[in-house]
Amino acid sequence: MSAEVRGQTPLSPPPSGPVPFPRQLSLRLLTDMVRIRRMEEKCAELYGSGKIRGFLHLYIGEEAVAAGALPALAPEDDVVATYREHGHALLRGVPMKAIMAEMYGKREGCSRGRGGSMHLFDSATRFYGGNAIVGGGLPLAAGLALASFLKKEKRVTACFFGEGAVAEGAFHESMNLAQLWRLPVAFFCENNLYAMGTALARSESQIDLCVKAAAFGMATLRVDGMDVVATHEAAKQACAHVRAGKGPIFIEFQTYRFRAHSMFDPELYREKSEVEAWKTRGPIHTFSARLKAQGELTEPQFLEIDAAAMREVDEAVAFAEAGTWEPVEDLAKDVYAL
Amino acid sequence: MTITYREALRQGLYDAFDRDERVFLMGEDVGKYGGTYAVSKGMLEKYGPERVRDTPLSELAFVGAGVGAALGGMRPIVEVMTVNFSLLALDPIVNTAAMLHHMSGGQVSAPVVIRTSTGAGRQLAAQHSNTLEAWYAHVPGLKVVAAATIDDAHGMLLAALEDPNPVVIFEYPALFETKAELSGKTVDLSSAALRRQGSKVTLVTYGACLPKTLKAAEEVDGEVIDLRVLRPLDMVPVMESIRRTRRCVVVDEGWKSGSLAAEVMARIAEDAFYDLDAPLARVCREEVPIPYPKHLEEAALPQPEKIVAAAKGLFG
Repeated sequence: MSAEVRGQTPLSPPPSGPVPFPRQLSLRLLTDMVRIRRMEEKCAELYGSGKIRGFLHLYIGEEAVAAGALPALAPEDDVVATYREHGHALLRGVPMKAIMAEMYGKREGCSRGRGGSMHLFDSATRFYGGNAIVGGGLPLAAGLALASFLKKEKRVTACFFGEGAVAEGAFHESMNLAQLWRLPVAFFCENNLYAMGTALARSESQIDLCVKAAAFGMATLRVDGMDVVATHEAAKQACAHVRAGKGPIFIEFQTYRFRAHSMFDPELYREKSEVEAWKTRGPIHTFSARLKAQGELTEPQFLEIDAAAMREVDEAVAFAEAGTWEPVEDLAKDVYAL
Repeated sequence: MTITYREALRQGLYDAFDRDERVFLMGEDVGKYGGTYAVSKGMLEKYGPERVRDTPLSELAFVGAGVGAALGGMRPIVEVMTVNFSLLALDPIVNTAAMLHHMSGGQVSAPVVIRTSTGAGRQLAAQHSNTLEAWYAHVPGLKVVAAATIDDAHGMLLAALEDPNPVVIFEYPALFETKAELSGKTVDLSSAALRRQGSKVTLVTYGACLPKTLKAAEEVDGEVIDLRVLRPLDMVPVMESIRRTRRCVVVDEGWKSGSLAAEVMARIAEDAFYDLDAPLARVCREEVPIPYPKHLEEAALPQPEKIVAAAKGLFG
């Protein structure tokens, strides 16, 4: 299969160059990516040992998108995400313990165990899921933004979704509605090139996603989703645009998933060499190399960041293990709000 | 004061807007056009375009946006022009609105009110004549109600806006010109209602079949129960009535297979089997798409004569 058919452009060189952020911010972004990576590696292991069941969709490889975008949001903003949302929840401020307990299905989980991996919720941080219907989050996000608009609040609604969603009517209808009504929503499209196993060019007549958004008259940005410098800058720009009342914005984050779509995916649709090539653009090692090159990070410091993330993961697992099962008598609880 | 069903719906909307400034209306042609059935006539002029929002023909997006706006603290009334078009918005209704509360572990809910017109009987042919209340009543997490009277046409909307859950309100164009006194009393979203006392047979129905069933009841001394709330079903008045009459016909404008009638009959069979002196019976829509010609459409729908025949059939 040719590269063109597979919907790929030749790989850009790995992200490089000076990091223009204050060192504290840079270290935060790096730490956040490492936290997601370590948490999800543990999730994969726990899936293997049967502690986590159901579907499990890992974000490994795509961490620079969440790590760059979430810090651009304010506490009062809304976040809508997909079923590949562990990292977004974590960086929005949902404690790793509560996320891990949710994966276990324990009562102490962030959705009291009712949701699992695909339905992480946290009202305290305005994290509204965890939507496992592709495209399902877009109209919801438009509605949250409509509420913000009608209440004259300055809230931004950040809506994360994969490029697979652009084939859904929900995408086109929501983009139109958002632009028509100039709703304060930032559409963050994580283009990892594959909708499950279907490459973009095998499902879309127009593979330039920004062209689709621009067709609605919407402002667009395209950024290297493997470069946390670029993702953070773009997300800040997007939030400023929305907060200034200029209407919605669409960002295409060009990224790549290093792991299978879910734990059931044998990855028949892509070559191992392609994955390996993308790994040279990995968001964590390229960013840490840049920080080292400008003297803002040493290897021992990196190892300490990594060790701290591992400790956080261990504590989260211990918390989940110690968690309790909801009694079956409570089965019918929370079907209706009282 | 005697008003029409249409006026009752309109009055309900105006009252809702006046009571709570978080309430807004959105849907196709609710504003400039005045509502497909003129229900929201005058509202754009009175309340302005922020609260009376004409939408594109994007049921999926604007129903989903209603769910999101409810999640964001507003009290949206989303009008889906007809139930036929609501199929384009099933995802936000079923997968989002109905499930948010549960899958978030009770943290959030989306108290959106979805109004839609439903039913056949006006020669609108197959794609504009569906009766799909049962589809929505199938889904836990939704409250589903059918307004068959003037008081319910007015009050169900107000009750739905007070409810912390997503509510689907079915309205019946076949009843729009019916007239009655508006009592102004508060209505609930939890109980079935006894609409006519009788002693020989219990006739259970909802929505547009209520007047037809009341007419049939006169001929067979029937006791008529209007389900009103299709989820969660209130079977108490049905069971009480059956314990007196010992016979029951369920009248449902939906198709027979997998119908609300089927659910009601199953519950009666489970809980009141030994109170029955005759098998349960039902009158439903014939299992065809609704044809255009008047005589065929009438033949496809429950009619008073069919209800009378079904009731008489229970007396051997």
